[in-house]
Amino acid sequence: MKKTLFDKVWDAHVVKEIQDGPQILYIDKHLIHEVTSPQAFGELEQRGIPVFRPDQIVATADHNTPTIDQHLPVKDLLSRNQLEQLTINCEKNGITLYGLGHKYNGIVHVMAPELGITQPGMTMVCGDSHTSTHGAFGTIAFGIGTSQVAQVFASQCLLLQKPKSLRVNVNGVLKPGVLPKDVILYVIAKLGTNAGTGYFCEYAGTVFEDMSMEGRMTVCNMSIEMGARGGMIAPDKTTFEYIKGRKFAPKGVEFDQKVAYWKTLPTDEGAVFDKEYHFDAADIEPMITYGTNPGMGIKISENIPSENNPSFEKSLAYMNFEKGQSLIDQKINFVFIGSCTNSRIEDFRVAASYIKGKKKADNVTAWFVPGSQQVAQQITEEGLNKVFEEAGFQLRQPGCSACLAMNDDKIPEGEYCVSTSNRNFEGRQGQGSRTILASPLVAAATAIEGKIIDITKHLN
Amino acid sequence: MDIFVKLTSTAIPLSIENVDTDQIIPARFLKATNREGFGKNLFRDWRFHKDGTANQDFIMNNTTYSGSILVAGDNFGCGSSREHAAWALHDYGFKVVVSSFFADIFKGNALNNGVLPIQVSPEYLQELFNQIKKDPNTQIEVDLESQKITILAIDSSSTFEINSYKKTCLINGYDDIDFLTSNKEAIQTFEKERI
Repeated sequence: MKKTLFDKVWDAHVVKEIQDGPQILYIDKHLIHEVTSPQAFGELEQRGIPVFRPDQIVATADHNTPTIDQHLPVKDLLSRNQLEQLTINCEKNGITLYGLGHKYNGIVHVMAPELGITQPGMTMVCGDSHTSTHGAFGTIAFGIGTSQVAQVFASQCLLLQKPKSLRVNVNGVLKPGVLPKDVILYVIAKLGTNAGTGYFCEYAGTVFEDMSMEGRMTVCNMSIEMGARGGMIAPDKTTFEYIKGRKFAPKGVEFDQKVAYWKTLPTDEGAVFDKEYHFDAADIEPMITYGTNPGMGIKISENIPSENNPSFEKSLAYMNFEKGQSLIDQKINFVFIGSCTNSRIEDFRVAASYIKGKKKADNVTAWFVPGSQQVAQQITEEGLNKVFEEAGFQLRQPGCSACLAMNDDKIPEGEYCVSTSNRNFEGRQGQGSRTILASPLVAAATAIEGKIIDITKHLN
Repeated sequence: MDIFVKLTSTAIPLSIENVDTDQIIPARFLKATNREGFGKNLFRDWRFHKDGTANQDFIMNNTTYSGSILVAGDNFGCGSSREHAAWALHDYGFKVVVSSFFADIFKGNALNNGVLPIQVSPEYLQELFNQIKKDPNTQIEVDLESQKITILAIDSSSTFEINSYKKTCLINGYDDIDFLTSNKEAIQTFEKERI
C-alpha cells in the first residue's frame, strides 16, 4: 500500500493497537518547559511513579522568563518559583535542563532544532501547541496537555487515535517580499482556523521544496492555527545539510545510515490523502491579520471583508476596525519580532536588510527578541545588532516574550502591535492589546514607518 | 479522575464562536505549579473589567443563567495546548461543554479531566441556544452510557460520538497513566526490537 510521510513515521512508532480504541504510540523525544510541566511532575510524585526515560527528555526555560537582565534574580515571585520548580524537578529526575543564561537556552521550538535534537522520522511532543514546528524536519511533532506530559513521563508513550491526513500543495515561485510567514497566513486565511482539526498536515510543492529550514519551521509552526495537530515537510537535502554537524546530530557512519533511512520517508507517489488543497504561489502576497484569530488575514493591500456574523463583528469591535477598511497607513506604536514562529537568524536577517540605513519611527516601541542564545550570538557575529542599534532598536534576551506576554513584555491596552508571532487572540499580548500578525519584513517596515505600509510598493 | 455517568442540569449559553484557550484562561494566570484554583480566573477578561469589577454584559455574570453545562459556539477551545483551560472549567464547576466543534488538544485535555466535550450538529446547538434563552431553567440531560443529550422540556435529543476507550475511562474514573504503565512490558519490547 502507498504510504504518506506521516503514515511511515506513525506506523514505525506504534507499540500496540487496542481493539476499537486508541493506539499506544512511542515518543522519541519529549521537550518540556516551566509552564506545562510542574503539575505533571506533581502527578507522578503523588502516584509514586518514576520518570521512565529521562534521557529522552530535554528541558528549557522560555515561556515565563524576562528578556532583560536575565543574570539577575527573576523579579516576579510566581515566575521565579515556577522556574525554580523546573530546576528542582529536572535535577530530581535526571533530566537535562538548558535553563536561563545557559548557552543553549532558548524557545523550545528554536533550541531543539538548532541543537540537532529534532531529526526526521522521529516522534516528538511538548506541552505546547507550537510543537508542530519540528514537523519541518519530517518529524511527527505535536502539542500535548499536561496530563499527557505526565503520561509520557511515566511510559514514554501516549494513547492516541491516528489522525486523518491532509496535504496542502503550493506550487510556483513566490513574489519578492513574500516570506514563509505570508505563505502560512495565506493558507490559514483560505482554509480557516478549523480546517485541519482531526488531521495531520503535509506541506508539499515547489514552494516548500525551495524553502530554507527556518522557513519550513515557520510554516509548520502555524499548522495548529488551522486546527491541525501537526504539519510535516518531507526531509530532503536541505534538511540533511541543516542537521549535519549540529551538537546532537548523528555523526560519521551513523549520519550516513540515518540519511539513507530519512530518504525513504517522503510520501509514496500515488498515496492518497483524506483531504487535499492546491494553491498557486503567484497568488500569495504579503499578509496581515485584522481580527482576533489567525484565519482573519488579508493581503496587505486588500480591505477588511464584510461579514454579517456576530462573532466577526465582535472581533472587529475588539480591534476597533471597520468592515471594508484598509489597514494601509494605520498608525502602529508597537512592533514585536520574535516567538517560535519568527525568531530565527533568517528572520533577523530579513529585518536587518530592510532596516539598514534607516531610523526607527519615534512613535514606535519595538521588541526584537531572538529565539535562543545561539541566535543572539549569531546576530552579533553577523553584525546585525549594529544595524539594529544604529536604527534605534535594542535587541533583547531570548524567550517567548510578547508572543503570550506571560512576562513583563506586554502591549498596553488598546494599542496595536504588528507582531511576527502566531496568535492574534484577544488580550494575547497583554490585556486589551490588539495584535496584527505579519512577516518579519512587514514588522520591520512598520517599525521604521510607524504605520502599516504597502510593502509591495517599497521593494527594490 | 471524576467519574461521569449521567447529569441533569441547566446550562449557560455562550454563543461566541472560536473561543480560544487564551480567553478561557489568560496566560498571566499560568504561573501556578498546581492544578487547583483556576476557576476564579475562568474567562477572566470577559467576566471582569480591568479594575476587577464584574462585566455585567457577560453571560456568566447574568444570574438568570446557571448550571454545570456550558453551551458554546463553534470551534471551542482552539489555540494553546494549556490544560489549565480544562482545569479552569472543571474548577469553576462545569462538567459538560457542548459545541458544534472542538479543537483537538482541548478535547483531549477535557476528557483527561473528567469534563465531557459533546459535539452536536449546528442545528441542535442552535436549538439548545434558543431553548435556554427562552427558558433559562431548561433542564438538559446528558447520558454518557447511551451517548445522548436531551432537552427535557421539549424531549428533543441528539446522540453524540465518543471513543469507546475514553467512555470506559470516564464511566469508571480511569486515566491513561494507569493503562500505559500496565503496558510497560510491551513498551520495553518495542524499545529493544527497534534498536
